[in-house]
Amino acid sequence: MVEFTTVENLIKTHLEDAVVRVTDLTGTMDHLGIMIISDAFEGKILIQQHQMIMDILREKLDSNEIHAVQLKTLTKAKAQAQGVLNE
Amino acid sequence: MSNDNNPFNILGSDKVPQEGGQAVTEENKSGDLNERIASLIKSSDIFLFMKGNPQMPQCGFSANVIGILNAMNAKYSTFDILTDMDIRQGVKVYSNWPTFPQLYVKGQLIGGNDIIMEMYEAGELEQVLNS
Repeated sequence: MVEFTTVENLIKTHLEDAVVRVTDLTGTMDHLGIMIISDAFEGKILIQQHQMIMDILREKLDSNEIHAVQLKTLTKAKAQAQGVLNE
Repeated sequence: MSNDNNPFNILGSDKVPQEGGQAVTEENKSGDLNERIASLIKSSDIFLFMKGNPQMPQCGFSANVIGILNAMNAKYSTFDILTDMDIRQGVKVYSNWPTFPQLYVKGQLIGGNDIIMEMYEAGELEQVLNS
């Protein structure tokens, strides 16, 4: 179990421009859906974008604070194209 | 047979799904683990580490990726990680990716089930497989 703000802040300390949205997939606060919007993903293929996030979350996953994650990573341009970022 | 009449075309592909997967086993298990893994991945342009084999996947996520590859008429090889605990653990470290299935194209890890689904639906997987 983990506080969503902890996850958000952890990601933002590594990716400063990131917009992070955490959702609870199972009601137990340890299976998380995480959407991350950041231009740090620019030029990277999807698996590399996910690996960046998994590396940031590694400790939380290893300690079982988080059991499983479903990631959605987007660059700002892609997020705007898909209508999930209105800036 | 017209594709409209094909009840197995659940992915809505414009092609009739073909079983293009070939399960492979290792001829030589004596080498260094990372070299064994690298040579498996090199054995086919499109390579999948999975649970089970294309004819009988042992996990829903593996079955899903097989369904997508077949729907795209891809020619690919697979390795059943349930048959070899060294390879199973070794691949996770090799690729820095914790789960299976894992799809490789020309030696590069492309993704697991979530990413493959997302790329397939966005039409990006076809570009990668044909690259």
